[in-house]
Amino acid sequence: MAKAKGDILINIEKCKGCEICMDACPEDVIAMSKVVNKKGYLYAVKITDSCTGCTNCALVCPDAVITVFRETKQKKEQIATITNVTGNITVTVDK
Amino acid sequence: MNVETLDTIKTVVFEKTESLLDVEMHYCPGCGHSVTHRLIAEVIDELGIVEETIGVAPVGCSVFAYNYIGVDFSEAAHGRASAAATGIKRVFPEKYVFSYQGDGDLAAIGTGETIHTCNRGENILIIFINNGIYGMTGGQMAPTTLPNMKSTTSPFGRDTKSMGYPLKITDLVAQLPGTYYVTRQSVHKPLNVRRAKKAIQKGFEYQKLNKGTCFIEIVSNCPSNWKMTPVESNKWLDENMLPFYPLGDLKVPNEKEV
Repeated sequence: MAKAKGDILINIEKCKGCEICMDACPEDVIAMSKVVNKKGYLYAVKITDSCTGCTNCALVCPDAVITVFRETKQKKEQIATITNVTGNITVTVDK
Repeated sequence: MNVETLDTIKTVVFEKTESLLDVEMHYCPGCGHSVTHRLIAEVIDELGIVEETIGVAPVGCSVFAYNYIGVDFSEAAHGRASAAATGIKRVFPEKYVFSYQGDGDLAAIGTGETIHTCNRGENILIIFINNGIYGMTGGQMAPTTLPNMKSTTSPFGRDTKSMGYPLKITDLVAQLPGTYYVTRQSVHKPLNVRRAKKAIQKGFEYQKLNKGTCFIEIVSNCPSNWKMTPVESNKWLDENMLPFYPLGDLKVPNEKEV
């Protein structure tokens, strides 16, 4: 089974750099920045793409700065029909 | 032949809830108060009771709770949040009323109010944050400070011979017939956060039944006054606080009655 794919978005200006999310992440996606934000804290940053969207980081985040997304692959709606492949190709756009 | 493509759809699985206001909380980095605020706001939003909820803020670190949760709030005198909540609930019996108190507030100066509120069986929800120390005033010894735990007023550790034993007020109120649901949770790990949220949700839902007081203790950390980093303080909580304050339900309603 393919690994679930997720993504996180961190509001860096509200982050207080407590590192609890870093500790809670099972995939080591989060690390601390080398520079400080406006408040003077080192903030959390996403460093790898191995996020599974498990929401552990967001659950323990005291300041609710993390938004978690999960990616799902879904068949797109049928957008066009190709007919008469042997002769002239006719494409009819369904919409 | 039909033309179809695979589409990647990004769905939001977690975001800041609406009734947790978009302001910066004054809490120290890693504080359990902030997580609990968020859980309360999430539960209120999920139950759709923003307009019907009244909170009572205490004195202590969480004194500004009214600035962070977008419901009606009242401020109470030190330790009297449960008494103030009693009055609010009696005037507005159809509203959801909760008080949010720390250990110095609920278990020290407000012990009498808390015990009598629970004994009268007022239909309110009391959320009790236990971090074993007076956080706001600079780390003095609280009634819930563990034996041998250092604080600014017990620099050699809490000596139980002269300073007494920690007060397990949650166990105390679980004995009272007026309480309906008494539980102890924590918010230091993702699993515990989920459980704590479920407990808070139950606390709000049980208020509709008018059966008695719901009391939820949240064992929390205090990185600043324990003089640790937030991650260390969570580890310390796991190793020292939880053996003394074991997590779990202390009093659950009879499911047949519900």
